[in-house]
Amino acid sequence: MNNQDDIILRTDNLTKRYGGVHALEEANFTLKKGEHVAIVGDNGAGKSTFVRQITGVEQPTSGDIFFEGKRVEFNSPLEAREAGIESVFQDLALCNDLDVPSNLFLGREELLFKFGPFSILDEKKMMRKAKEVLERTAIKIPNLSNHVGDMSGGQRQCVAISRSASFASKLIIMDEPTAALGVQETTQVENIIRGLKDQGVPLILISHNLRQVFNLVDKIWVFRRGRIVGEVIASETDGNEIVSMITGMQGGVHEKASYI
Amino acid sequence: MFKRENLPAEASIFAVFVGIAVLFEVLGWLFIGKSFLGNVQRLEIIILQVSIFGIIAVGVTQVIITSGIDLSGGAVLALSAMVAASFAQSVDAFAPIFPQFLGLPIIIPIAVGLAVGAACGWINGSITAYTGIPPFIATLGMLVTARAVAVIYTEGQPVYSLSDSFTVIGSGAWPVLVFFVVAVIFHLVLKHTVYGKHTYAIGSNEKAARVAGINVRRHKIMVYTIAGSLSGLAGVVMCARATIAQSGMGTMYELDAISAVVIGGTSLFGGRGRISGTVIGVCILGVITSGFTFLRIDFYYQEIVKGMIIVGAVMLDQRRQAKQRSRA
Repeated sequence: MNNQDDIILRTDNLTKRYGGVHALEEANFTLKKGEHVAIVGDNGAGKSTFVRQITGVEQPTSGDIFFEGKRVEFNSPLEAREAGIESVFQDLALCNDLDVPSNLFLGREELLFKFGPFSILDEKKMMRKAKEVLERTAIKIPNLSNHVGDMSGGQRQCVAISRSASFASKLIIMDEPTAALGVQETTQVENIIRGLKDQGVPLILISHNLRQVFNLVDKIWVFRRGRIVGEVIASETDGNEIVSMITGMQGGVHEKASYI
Repeated sequence: MFKRENLPAEASIFAVFVGIAVLFEVLGWLFIGKSFLGNVQRLEIIILQVSIFGIIAVGVTQVIITSGIDLSGGAVLALSAMVAASFAQSVDAFAPIFPQFLGLPIIIPIAVGLAVGAACGWINGSITAYTGIPPFIATLGMLVTARAVAVIYTEGQPVYSLSDSFTVIGSGAWPVLVFFVVAVIFHLVLKHTVYGKHTYAIGSNEKAARVAGINVRRHKIMVYTIAGSLSGLAGVVMCARATIAQSGMGTMYELDAISAVVIGGTSLFGGRGRISGTVIGVCILGVITSGFTFLRIDFYYQEIVKGMIIVGAVMLDQRRQAKQRSRA
């Protein structure tokens, strides 16, 4: 039994239905402080649905979410962010027509002067902070005032990840962070993730790349058809076991099945 | 050496503006033996003429940056002008609309005109934000409705005998001043405030804006309300200038405003654009209209050229967008 104090996030019977579609059924999930876990599963297994419930993008049909020991209900992504849950979405969620600082600080701008929606931005401070944040990731972006849309996929991904990693977050969720990246860029992103582990920031990683999952996380949660079908320690399992849990086929996996 | 990329986006639009003006100057000497730019009075008329739809264009720029559109500017101008004028009639007005409200301080008709515009804009914004009806349709509905209400309001009668203190705000250089002040204010607001940043963000990637915690609906309603208020302001200035309000005022102004915005480099795809570009776009339209009149070329030819310029500006924008997509 886990000590309650060690747990940063827990869901009890979390369920989401879209009309008649049972996208997520009674998911019981726990994440310890400083722990890095992966969520794996086939397309439509409910991984992204699960994430959307705990990040406030959607509200669950039933079930409870406990964050830092308290029951929470996030009505919007902003509320989740304010609680300390940061997410990097599959499609990056960057504004191509804005520069790097504007993207990093979108929705929580540094202000010189407060006046409701017409508050004046502190552009220098945001630029300075953006430089600091990106230096830590060792990603080279020549000019931070360029529009994000003019940058490479790797640079964009790093901006997206830096955004979530840079705001004293208590939990980071990454949905396929390296799916669209090249080898070098993937390595850089993985290094950022390892850095988070060293800093003790807990992480939920959604990935189809099982090799990456084994390289990066402590524990793997397997989803199938909207249900959690397995919770295994990464060092105590292997790819074939995970693949059979993902597919539901016992023993039907060839020992050399490709799972990345 | 300076590189083209280092120049502000407005530089090329400004070059076009200067080019057109010089072209008319040359054509003037060639065909009618007169200077186009040498006539100060003509330049004054140009800037006065464009100021009114320029005020609308400042609002439309913001709407288009959110990747929306506002077709209702001209009609909202007319409705605001009619209502504002009905509160601006002088004490000796013949057959006044509201005999009990004559000779009011000018702040009242101004506030009423702005409020009518704001209300129309708020309706545009709310329909767009809450029903999922495209802004093209929502504001097209407003275009038809506001114009009709403007007619019904006085049963088609114009409103005249406006008080002298009210008509002052349309006299002399006032319309230009109002346009200039409004343009400068919103240029700075778009550039340096949270409102501006979120306006660009929504136009650039609405989903990302929502995920970042921006209340997209509320923000859109605010943008459309500001655009409506500016159309209302244009109505106030226009009826003060004409010393009369008519329900047919400002017909097609929405198209001039949208044209100016697009010519000024604001992307119809949203996320990009600046008020400074719009101001130059407004001036380009003014010079074209004036230049054609100066060369005694028929009105309909002017419209043909304007039409071609707008299509050309959008084509350039599309090419720019395609280039960006291929890079990303």
